[in-house]
Amino acid sequence: MGAAFSVPAGGLVYSPPKCCLEKERAKPVSIGILGTKLGMTQIFDQEKGIAIPVTVIEAGPCTITQIKTEPTDGYSSVQLGYKAVKEKALNKPLLGHLAKAGASPLRHLKEYRVPDTSDFELGQDIKVDIFSPGQLVDISGNSIGRGFAGYQKRHNFRRGQMTHGSKSHRLPGSTGPGTTPGRIFPGKKMAGRYGGKTITVRKLTVVSVDTERNVLLVKGSIPGKTGNLLNIRPTNTVGAKS
Amino acid sequence: MKAEEIIRSIEAEHLKDKVPTIHVGDLIRVGIRIQEGGKERVQPYEGTVIAKRNGGLNETITVRRIFQGVGVERVFLLHSPRVANIKIIRRGKVRRAKLYYLRDRVGKATRIKQRFDRSLEG
Repeated sequence: MGAAFSVPAGGLVYSPPKCCLEKERAKPVSIGILGTKLGMTQIFDQEKGIAIPVTVIEAGPCTITQIKTEPTDGYSSVQLGYKAVKEKALNKPLLGHLAKAGASPLRHLKEYRVPDTSDFELGQDIKVDIFSPGQLVDISGNSIGRGFAGYQKRHNFRRGQMTHGSKSHRLPGSTGPGTTPGRIFPGKKMAGRYGGKTITVRKLTVVSVDTERNVLLVKGSIPGKTGNLLNIRPTNTVGAKS
Repeated sequence: MKAEEIIRSIEAEHLKDKVPTIHVGDLIRVGIRIQEGGKERVQPYEGTVIAKRNGGLNETITVRRIFQGVGVERVFLLHSPRVANIKIIRRGKVRRAKLYYLRDRVGKATRIKQRFDRSLEG
């Protein structure tokens, strides 16, 4: 009996190929924060003399309400709670869930995947100081809802003649060929619900961080109106080395 | 703190302490900081204020002058660090908030009557 194949002494150990290891490393390293859009203004760069358009965001403090780990949940993440509310605003299951972390009643919960949860503990406060000026962030929020919007507003169609006997004022024009194929192609741009969706704006620069007032200044505009709930996190760069 | 209060307090850090009271129709001289080959100097720009816009940190003035026979209008952010100083040379008496009609006039017709009840300081 000759051994057709040899088994290494330590038994069969699966070692993932190198590319998979790199993918593992590219996962977002740090957590984000929840906040509220307060409005926009402009400030001056005193050295260069440039006016910078900024959005003012009140972010955090967020309480860690749950920590998920590989053995218990199959993946590791940190759940944050934001915006204190009255106790009667929440139902009993939610209050019970928050009581486990010793947190006061909170309106919004949001999970952030992290590779290692050992740095975090239940009930810990996450504040704006996780960001630093100059850092790039991704910000998500609900865009302004425009209801059932027409072709011009939703897809930037050109409008027709308003006068000279024309009745094609804001109509779409042709929507495609005739008997062949006898149908409208899927994906044809038409009127419909516009806005009110989660939009992410990527790579915005943090201009300043005010830990006392929990305020972030971010260069540029952000989805939604004043008072919109925002999810702010360090920018997700594909293939980044941590 | 309310949203508006927070925004006002952020703007307050960038507001200049001393900006003279400028009215539309005034003849003013604006000192503009200019970077030239690593050196900084203040360049004067003189002209008539034909419009004022916004308030607070975003307040701007439009200053018009005739340079080499060509009308030039520049907009200045009053609280910008680039605006080094503003000197009021002459107070003007006008009946409009925006003097855009000056764009259609040349020479003597662009004169603005002087008023003496406002001081040139502050």
